[in-house]
Amino acid sequence: MKRTIFNNQLLPWLLLAPQLAITFIFFLWPAGQAIKQSFLREDAFGINSSFVGLANFRALLDSPEYMNSLQVTAVFAVLVTALSMGLSLLLAVAVDRMIRSTRLYTTLLVWPYAVAPAVAGILWWFIFNPTIGVMPYVLNVIGYDWNHISSKTDAMILVVVASAWKQISYNFLFFVAGLQAVPASLREAAAIDGAGPVRRFFDITFPLLSPTTFFLLVVNIVYAMFDTFGVIDATTEGGPAQATNIMVYKVYFDGFVGQNIGSSAAQSVVLMLLVVTLTVIQFRWVEKKVEY
Amino acid sequence: MASITLNNLGKVYPGGTRAVGDVNIDIADGEFIVLVGPSGCGKSTLLRMVAGLENITDGEVRIGERVVNQVEPADRDIAMVFQNYALYPHMSVRQNLAYGLKNRRTPKAEIDRRVNEAAEILQIGQFLDRKPRALSGGQRQRVAMGRAIVREPAAFLFDEPLSNLDAKLRVAMRLEIKELQKRLRTTSLYVTHDQLEAMTLADRLVVLNGGKVEQIGTPLEVYRRPASAFVAGFIGSPAMNLIDARAVPHLPGTAHAGTIGIRPEDLTVTPDGPILMDVLAVEELGAQRLVHGQTGGEKLTITLPSDSELADTLRLGFDRASLHLFHRETGVRID
Repeated sequence: MKRTIFNNQLLPWLLLAPQLAITFIFFLWPAGQAIKQSFLREDAFGINSSFVGLANFRALLDSPEYMNSLQVTAVFAVLVTALSMGLSLLLAVAVDRMIRSTRLYTTLLVWPYAVAPAVAGILWWFIFNPTIGVMPYVLNVIGYDWNHISSKTDAMILVVVASAWKQISYNFLFFVAGLQAVPASLREAAAIDGAGPVRRFFDITFPLLSPTTFFLLVVNIVYAMFDTFGVIDATTEGGPAQATNIMVYKVYFDGFVGQNIGSSAAQSVVLMLLVVTLTVIQFRWVEKKVEY
Repeated sequence: MASITLNNLGKVYPGGTRAVGDVNIDIADGEFIVLVGPSGCGKSTLLRMVAGLENITDGEVRIGERVVNQVEPADRDIAMVFQNYALYPHMSVRQNLAYGLKNRRTPKAEIDRRVNEAAEILQIGQFLDRKPRALSGGQRQRVAMGRAIVREPAAFLFDEPLSNLDAKLRVAMRLEIKELQKRLRTTSLYVTHDQLEAMTLADRLVVLNGGKVEQIGTPLEVYRRPASAFVAGFIGSPAMNLIDARAVPHLPGTAHAGTIGIRPEDLTVTPDGPILMDVLAVEELGAQRLVHGQTGGEKLTITLPSDSELADTLRLGFDRASLHLFHRETGVRID
């Protein structure tokens, strides 16, 4: 590896400045504000605020609504991660097996990633709209009465599908790259060793993909917990009856719609801690099983 | 144990490129055959067609009495050693060796017996519980061999197995492969671009060029009577001198030849020799020296004892019987 030596002490800082500025303005500063706000209580007009210690956090623990949100988030994150990673691995394996037009399919499959979460939400909202959507019509034909406005299950399915769909492209790209890094001779050796295509995949390819899978697991869980706000907002708005009110959406709703800044800030701090904890756990325990 | 027969074997890639054409080889049971040729000559493709990793577009491959064109690699009863060893990085050496047997539902006790036996033959017993990445190149090479021998297959296929090793280890492993094959008497097909490896290992050599067989024969037959100018230039080190006959019109008995071949070791310095060589460079090898020069615009190399006298020009002679004559256009041997 080539190492660049800077003679000027200032230049490296200058080169890093844009990234540091963005990190500070859009991450560190708001995060700091959230932590500060989580210990304060504001009056209804936002004029006065008083220090209340851990009262905001205590209130959260006593709130059945918040406990429900925790549960919904867990179910949602697991489903989104499993669905998007499962499907993208399937697609990646299919593309990897192709000899021709690999690039074409790859390009096509990457497109959804360019769609903003809110737009993806609207798209799926239209597709699944009980009155004008295509899917409810099709489902009605096979005897299923789709209504995500009244059914909790339907609502959850809708937000999971919409969120997973957007993440498939990203996962797919990494899986394709990961698959191409598995030497063909290993699969050939396994074929000569009497392993059929399915066995070859589970015995050879999948274990060798584990660094990619692990990385995507972390990214997808973080995505499901943080970045799916737009999808929820454009489709169910957390409803019906809190069924899809995941933590990040509740942060927004309680803070910006409900104007309960203190509680909202406390929630975002809890969410932050949760994701940090999950990521640490994954690096601690799951990574040990990864074969680099 | 089985013989292998290649009948008019050919391979045309979907784009229309012909990689291999009209290859006919009969490999006897227990024979060690080396496919040798420059890169791109189709030798690896040929091996992979026997292994079942490339589909066959013309002709047939028989292993034993069975035509295996449509048989899956796993069911051809062959084992292959790959150039990059292709060891499963996430499995221990023991698991690597046992994988093929496990897939074939061999009883556990039998697997253990065969793995331990192979480990003993190859002296890799103490590495059985390590991962391949913790092994050196030579040890990985042994594991790759071990994976082939535990299967007790009808034939071994080797795809340039030594080319990732350093020169010293390559010579040692070469000898080990030879001894192992003699001991197990398993039919072997071995691909290499290294003519020295080919000469030392083979019972019979198959020299390939441009997807076609140039010559099949024992190493000495091929060395002594190369069937074409290509084989003459490829087999033997230093390479045979190939001179355009028009550059040396005064040589007797060569009037009808296009190309005259003579090995560097067959040329001697004699005061009344018919060839006058201008010396350009000398390479000292210790026991002997290589003298490079030219005559009539053609390059010439000769091997001389290291105590021989050198001059700016040397008169060279040779025994008439050591000349090889080849056709000008086709390169085929004509004497």
